[in-house]
Amino acid sequence: MSIDLSQFFDVFFEESFEGLDAMESELLNLEPGKEDQETINTIFRAAHSIKGGSGTFGFTAVSDFTHVLETLLDQIRNGQRQLVAEHVNLLLKAVDCLRAMLTALQAQEEPERQEANELKQRFEAILNGENSTDAPEQAISEPEEQADLPITFQIDFKPLPYLFKTGNEPLYMIAELSELGELETQALHDEVPKLKQLNAEDCYLYWRFFLTTTRGESAIREIFEWVEDDAEITIVQCGGLFEEPVEQVEPSDTPQSVPAEAEVPVQTPASSKTVQENKKETVPAKDARKNTDPSTTSIRVGIDKVDSLINMVGELVITQAMLSQIGEQEITESSIAALQEGLAQLAHNTRDLQENVMRIRMLPISFVFSRFPRLVRDISQKLNKQVELKLIGEQTELDKTVMEKLSDPMVHLVRNSLDHGLETPEERIAQGKDPVGTVTLNAFHQGGNIVIEIMDDGKGLDTEKIRNKAIQNGLIQEQDELTVDEINELIFMPGFSTADNVSEISGRGVGMDVVRKNIQALNGSVEVSSEAGVGSTFTIRLPLTLAILDGQLVQVADHTYIIPLISIVESLQIDIAKVSNVGKGLQVLRLRDEYIPILRLYDIFNHKGAREELDKTLLVVVENDNYKVGILVDDLLAQQQVVIKSLEANYQRVDGISGATILGDGTVSLIIDISGLIKLSGLRRPGSSELLVDLKADEGIPA
Amino acid sequence: MKKILAVDDSASMRQMVGFTLKKAGFDVVEAKDGSEALNLAKQQGFDAVISDVNMPVMDGITLIRELRSLPDYKFTPLLMLTTESGLDKKSEGKAAGATGWIVKPFNPEQLLAVLKKVIR
Repeated sequence: MSIDLSQFFDVFFEESFEGLDAMESELLNLEPGKEDQETINTIFRAAHSIKGGSGTFGFTAVSDFTHVLETLLDQIRNGQRQLVAEHVNLLLKAVDCLRAMLTALQAQEEPERQEANELKQRFEAILNGENSTDAPEQAISEPEEQADLPITFQIDFKPLPYLFKTGNEPLYMIAELSELGELETQALHDEVPKLKQLNAEDCYLYWRFFLTTTRGESAIREIFEWVEDDAEITIVQCGGLFEEPVEQVEPSDTPQSVPAEAEVPVQTPASSKTVQENKKETVPAKDARKNTDPSTTSIRVGIDKVDSLINMVGELVITQAMLSQIGEQEITESSIAALQEGLAQLAHNTRDLQENVMRIRMLPISFVFSRFPRLVRDISQKLNKQVELKLIGEQTELDKTVMEKLSDPMVHLVRNSLDHGLETPEERIAQGKDPVGTVTLNAFHQGGNIVIEIMDDGKGLDTEKIRNKAIQNGLIQEQDELTVDEINELIFMPGFSTADNVSEISGRGVGMDVVRKNIQALNGSVEVSSEAGVGSTFTIRLPLTLAILDGQLVQVADHTYIIPLISIVESLQIDIAKVSNVGKGLQVLRLRDEYIPILRLYDIFNHKGAREELDKTLLVVVENDNYKVGILVDDLLAQQQVVIKSLEANYQRVDGISGATILGDGTVSLIIDISGLIKLSGLRRPGSSELLVDLKADEGIPA
Repeated sequence: MKKILAVDDSASMRQMVGFTLKKAGFDVVEAKDGSEALNLAKQQGFDAVISDVNMPVMDGITLIRELRSLPDYKFTPLLMLTTESGLDKKSEGKAAGATGWIVKPFNPEQLLAVLKKVIR
């Protein structure tokens, strides 16, 4: 039977990566000297499973490497070796290395061996160290001896009476022996007691076999391998090649060994052909990795989610049946009412189904959070800072695709907090703070958003320094008066860095502007708030899911656009008396104590036939990055959930548009990207988040 | 059809063992640790049990000891899956009542060959 092992690879990789994550987080919890047995066991089991699986599925590089890890962990687990900090560091490195190897294998590439070999040597150095009480590894298996010409063995097999209670069955062993060659069996029953004394559960029979086989003694030994301690077994070669006598093996516990010459006539084969070929079984080439395209990542879904989907599909089927029944009837007033009811139910069910399908892609944010304990540990060691990492809201769920893109910006922010935010223990003590700084990651839901906060209790942003740097870079003028929040906002400008030196941890050319850009690419936003000496908080807001959005349909000329509902602050009719011209063709609306620039969609997208008179149009006020702008539309249509289709994938990138959707009547409608639209309108200086007109100053604009 | 209980905390191993045995015509029930296996074994009869040694909740050796003490499993083949580095577990397993062991890594053919020693 041949079984294609590659079908198990996906599961193997998935569980191995899970195992590595578990190892990593448990290792981080370990305190040498105070290790708890269950933690060690968990780590050991993970290593053990990876080794077993990789060996079985043919990833020998991984299994060889894991072997040393496992041996060390086993010794620690058994109390043969004391766990020290060096072990933990080395094991963490090994986890990284294994992760890299498995990633390569998953991508069907040859894993990098050098690091693994170096680490392996370090493990071996520890294992061979003088404080080891472990005996050296015994050889695993000898090459199978095979003779070209048949040899006859005499095998005596006398089970101890309790043999059956080990679950072994002599009958099957005899059957197996017979498969090795020509078998002659003598069952000896002289020890069977009288019926009265006979215990049906005991084995009284014993056997003598003569087996003529080309397979050699080890093949025979293998059959009795499991019962060597539960039986008296003697195997003696009693015929075959003179030239190459096989050494007699007589287990010490066998008193009645039989002389080699006994009973069976010696067979004398053609004596000149004595060259023994050691036939090695040719292993079929491993072509086993074909099913592991890394792009086909999978997610594990809780069975409750699947159950609820099945329920909902059931509901849908019932509704469908009901509707088709109505469809078959003659149309009457009552059937129309029933139809409407059915449609309403259909809408309800579809929405439920949709929400639940979306839930499938939702994973707890702990998938991202879990990498931070390690990161914080490594960085704080490098920086000689003492840091406590707090994780809150790890169970908050987030779309998997969002999650994947979130981790890089978060890593950047956490690194910044550790490097720039937190002070050294000495500085902290001098300020009367706890020498151990705290970095907190907090995730929670708020409205249709997920909010992630990265907080530290460090020194806060240095506004003076930021201001000076910004003046130096020409981002602001000397005389500009900015609020603290506005100054802090400057760190998100392209090319802005307050780090005096480019350190290993941060300042490697990736700035906060990239962080903001990445988060904005997810339709999210990031803000900072900070207080000198108390700490900083970065707040990331993200939509729960990427694929569906609540949209406001708006009419401009004969086109329908969609504005994300989440950005809309309010929609209103324009009071012309409150509109002023501020030059460059820009008009602003005074709304309470704010001035809202008016963006004309028909201008930006070159539509003819839109209503241009302000008193006949509507203004949709949207907020983006703390700025409010008004979008002029002819009419507000319905609000509905829309499925976002990528324009880039189907056509090309269009400035000011984040995607498209297909409406109920089949027409394609474009979804407005607010921040892109602001850029496109020329309202913002290129490369700057500042608006061209200062809209917050009350003076200067005639009301 | 002979019914086999396959116990392993690794899903890929479980799948591999399960798939191999099913293809060879066995009826297979899978369990992810010793405790789950023990409960299953108490509810339904099995012709053989193949169990990993290192598992959370209840390890393989404890499972074998518990099973062997049940009247229904007095003579049942109980095989343990062990790795070459865990060969010292062998004697511990035997003492607990294991029939034999299969050394990891193994391929499906080896598994079936080994199984032939105890069940036909």
